[in-house]
Amino acid sequence: MRLSKKVLLVSLVLVLAAGMVFAGGSKDTAKKQGKVLTIYCWNDEFQTRFNDYFAAKGLVPDGIEVNWVITPNQGNAYQNKLDEALLRQNSASERDIIDIFLVEADYALRYVDTPFTLDVFKDVGLTSADVANQYKYTKDIMTDSKGVLKGVSWQACPGGFIYRRSIAKAVLGTDDPAKVQEALSSWDKFDAVAAQAKAKGYFMLSGFDDAFRVFSDNAKTPWVGAGDKIQIDANIERWIEQTKTYTDKGYNNKANLWSAESWAGGMKDGKVFGYFGPSWFQDFCLAPAVDTAGDWAVCTGPQGFSWGGTWICAAAGTDNIDLVKQVMLTLTTDKDTLVAIAQEAGDFTNHEGAMAEIAKSSYGNPFLGGQNHIAYLLESAKKIDRSSMGPYDQGMTETIQASFADYFNGSVTKGQAWDNFYKAIIELHPNLKK
Amino acid sequence: MTKTSRPQKKRLVDYSKWGYFFIAPFFIIYVIFSLIPLLSTFVYSFFESYRIGLQQVGPNFVGFANYKAVLESDFLKYTMNTLLLWILNFVPQILVSLVLAVWFTSSSLRLKGQPFFKTIIYMPNLIMASAFAMLFFALFSDKGPVNIILEGMDIEPIRFLTKISWTRALISIMNFLMWFGNTTILLMAGILGIDESLFEASRIDGASALQTFFKITMPLLMPIFIYVLITSMIGGIQMFDVPQILTNGSGNPNRTSMTLIMYLNRHLTSRNFGLGGAVSAFIFLMTSVLGFFTYRSLMSQYRKSPSRKS
Repeated sequence: MRLSKKVLLVSLVLVLAAGMVFAGGSKDTAKKQGKVLTIYCWNDEFQTRFNDYFAAKGLVPDGIEVNWVITPNQGNAYQNKLDEALLRQNSASERDIIDIFLVEADYALRYVDTPFTLDVFKDVGLTSADVANQYKYTKDIMTDSKGVLKGVSWQACPGGFIYRRSIAKAVLGTDDPAKVQEALSSWDKFDAVAAQAKAKGYFMLSGFDDAFRVFSDNAKTPWVGAGDKIQIDANIERWIEQTKTYTDKGYNNKANLWSAESWAGGMKDGKVFGYFGPSWFQDFCLAPAVDTAGDWAVCTGPQGFSWGGTWICAAAGTDNIDLVKQVMLTLTTDKDTLVAIAQEAGDFTNHEGAMAEIAKSSYGNPFLGGQNHIAYLLESAKKIDRSSMGPYDQGMTETIQASFADYFNGSVTKGQAWDNFYKAIIELHPNLKK
Repeated sequence: MTKTSRPQKKRLVDYSKWGYFFIAPFFIIYVIFSLIPLLSTFVYSFFESYRIGLQQVGPNFVGFANYKAVLESDFLKYTMNTLLLWILNFVPQILVSLVLAVWFTSSSLRLKGQPFFKTIIYMPNLIMASAFAMLFFALFSDKGPVNIILEGMDIEPIRFLTKISWTRALISIMNFLMWFGNTTILLMAGILGIDESLFEASRIDGASALQTFFKITMPLLMPIFIYVLITSMIGGIQMFDVPQILTNGSGNPNRTSMTLIMYLNRHLTSRNFGLGGAVSAFIFLMTSVLGFFTYRSLMSQYRKSPSRKS
């Protein structure tokens, strides 16, 4: 009896003490600066930018640890992990409190109109003058229904057709971006060149999904309409048609996007004419994967488009608000930093004035054989219109590409492919309707 | 008299209490981590409960609507996929494992280097299934090593993962490689449990190896054989990791390699616990029924045969 009473007493004291420690801890963190800056993202693109252009300048105060939580995008894995963490934000330990999280164009809208993102002006402390030079579309996307800006980006993502100079010479007799652009300025011309390339043993595109973004970005209707009904834009149908034709005629290399096969097409003995992509695709994806630096160039291609974009959001409940402000200011508004990122990494950065200056300057991108690609993409950047964007874009893109791969490969009919698409997307988002 | 008997009784009661005390941890952990989640799965299956992004829908009681939705989906197709993928790997697996188990345990063969081979055949099971599937994904990709070898031999490269039969074959080969070592060791344990004198007697009577196998080894191995069959079947119904990784979770081509647990997992992405619960309830039912009948039919034969002889 005595023993059990003692045990009971000791455990009671322990529980109370623990409760006090935790309660005290959460009160403290709300007041003082946290010691850990926790950043949620899906790859190391932002990590490199952060390390090279923020941490390297000594802007991370002494005693602050940067905690990277990196989860790949695919299959909504990143969003699910982020959602769980955001919902636990109030009860999280100091280390687990998210300070910054990144969102991509495909699902940015899921977070903009929620209380989980902080007001860039009122809460974080930037001013409208700070972001005056950013491309308007990058701010429009992140502005919620009440007109509040919820996130900022360091890049703008106008896309172009990134082609191999040597293959262009072999097929078209020139590698000059202006002349190549002339030959590829409409889809009909693009198809004709694809046939010429095929005749010479080259593939116009790498795989099924390479042209997808050109069509989907030009879609006029959002994926999901009123009453959670799934809508298919005519541009998506055109992608299906074109890709089927290209596959059957052997104009593409049947490689999956992001696969080793796809990048192999851009190697020295690769046969792929070009890839559609914005500047992050060229500097972050293509350049590290191929051994053909210098043999590339960019032209606008048959249709202007944009693809992706990464925004920095301050998480509600952050305990490092001053540091978050500093990160946003330095990486997305500081002209010198943005010019440096553009010239050193080749990224198209989010500063209209700086981009216009670089476009006029003698800057040349070594990967693109000295071409000033900023000048080429400058006009497209101004025209970007993402009004048909929606919160479901990532799931839709992944699902339609996976479902229609079977159709392009000839294992199912078009009807079956649509059927599989609807099945898969409704499994992913049970609220949607066919 | 009474004085001496009382303390004895007390002592006995005390000891039995300690018994409960020692087995308590298992039951407490089982209830918390297995039984409650198991029962809550059934409870969830009657509710509509999922997430749209950060917004939680439900739980709203919907009766049998989830069960109806599962029956209206391609559940039967995924069941057949799962069973087919299991049979395709289990039949060769049990044949190879039986042969190896008999060879390894045979006192007349006395194979050399047994520990070495036993280790080797068990090895694939030590690799994580996902890593193994990644390895096969790389080996059999369009421009992977296998196709490079085929090209070198002037054979048209095969796009393995776009063909239904090849995808299924690859999944079965992987499961076979991963599990035949484990099955061999289980069967060996069973054969070693058989009285050696029976084998000696049959040899003296001039029985052939086949006769010994069918007349002595198999009948006496039945309990272990059934154990292997049932555990493998339950494992087969729960097949997930290999096809999930190999086909990137899509079960392509045309969802022909989508297994039941992969289908369940697709509902869990949106935290759709209602529909997921209903799928789980069906899988639970199937596993129970299949397990029960397999056990009944095989064990009844095994029980009858000695009585017929006697």
